[in-house]
Amino acid sequence: MIAEAVALVLISAGVLFFVAGTVGLLRFPDTLSRLHALTKADNLGLGLVVIGLMFLAPSVAEVLRLLLIWLLVLVAGATASHVIGQRADQEREP
Amino acid sequence: MNGLWIMLDLLLCLGMVALAWRLLSVADLFQAVVLFIVFGILVALAWVRLAAPDVALAEVAIGSGLTGALFLAALAHLRRRSRGGGAPPGRSSASRRPVWQVPHAALLVFWLLAPALLLAVLALPSIESGLAPEVLANLDQTGVTHPVTAVLLNYRAWDTLLELAVVMLVVAAALSLPDESNLPMKSVQGPVLAGSIGLLVPLLVLVAGYLLWLGAHAPGGAFQAGAVLAAALVLLRLSGRDPLAGVAMAARRWLAVIGVLGFLLLGLAVTLAGLPFLGWPTAWAGVIILLIEVLASLSIAVALAALFGGSGVLRT
Repeated sequence: MIAEAVALVLISAGVLFFVAGTVGLLRFPDTLSRLHALTKADNLGLGLVVIGLMFLAPSVAEVLRLLLIWLLVLVAGATASHVIGQRADQEREP
Repeated sequence: MNGLWIMLDLLLCLGMVALAWRLLSVADLFQAVVLFIVFGILVALAWVRLAAPDVALAEVAIGSGLTGALFLAALAHLRRRSRGGGAPPGRSSASRRPVWQVPHAALLVFWLLAPALLLAVLALPSIESGLAPEVLANLDQTGVTHPVTAVLLNYRAWDTLLELAVVMLVVAAALSLPDESNLPMKSVQGPVLAGSIGLLVPLLVLVAGYLLWLGAHAPGGAFQAGAVLAAALVLLRLSGRDPLAGVAMAARRWLAVIGVLGFLLLGLAVTLAGLPFLGWPTAWAGVIILLIEVLASLSIAVALAALFGGSGVLRT
């Protein structure tokens, strides 16, 4: 019961970051600030959702799997942001 | 709780229809490709909700991921050509007319086919469970314990053989096209991309092997493993490397056909023992299926990587 309540709070907080990130993605004026908004959703939002889900996981294996998913998304997200950011920077100052 | 699931399903259905409409009607092809990738992810979620994780895995890996990468590569080629060839102003070849301006011939085909399809669907007899009970009743003779793999590589091995042949045919067709192997790419500066590719590629190979092995008793198998392996090759290609560096051209071509070839030869080999074509003997079925899946995933990976990397991957 306590685990479920903690999970609910954490996942809700994560979803909040996703909403904020999406709003930023839609409203911010240029590529770099949009990326800035998006990474908050990717890193923190997903992190909170994953930690929340860990409280609901039935086994340690599942907890580790969730952790692995988060770490992989961190690597992939950071790399993709880096590549997009570099291209945006190149196109800004030709 | 039940109401929440129904709401999620409704949202999924509405999202899919809205995305499908938007991706067909948007004028900018780049937006269309991005919407297509998102559409594929929603379709995969829908398959998960329909309790078909095998299809969901294949959809997200091939339908959304690799097809999306192929579309993006094709788009880059299109843009380069329209820039080089001096497309008429205001209408580059990378934009298109909206979906409601379909040619009359296409509309005619639609109005002829749609009612026929509707009638055919309505005329289908209502079946309680299909062939599922029979599949499960004979599962111990198939060499695997996952019913989907049993259907794909034992009961209906014939279909899967033909699917692999289609993939090989596509590669042969792509090889016969003029070579445009150089993706128009600007190289990325700094160690970040190379570093994470160095981290991700070994992991992708490991995951591909895991999915392949898993296919015998859980959702997974050759197509998913092949797609993940192909993703590793595509990543290497994106970092500006030859994904199959060190593998001789002849060996690459053998890799591309070995799935179909091995499948066919094993299918014929059992006929020597008096069994029907592709009729695996129960004692050997597990080994034969694993062998076919290993060969098939290698072929699928090379084929998909060749389609992405251009014909230069398989042709000097």
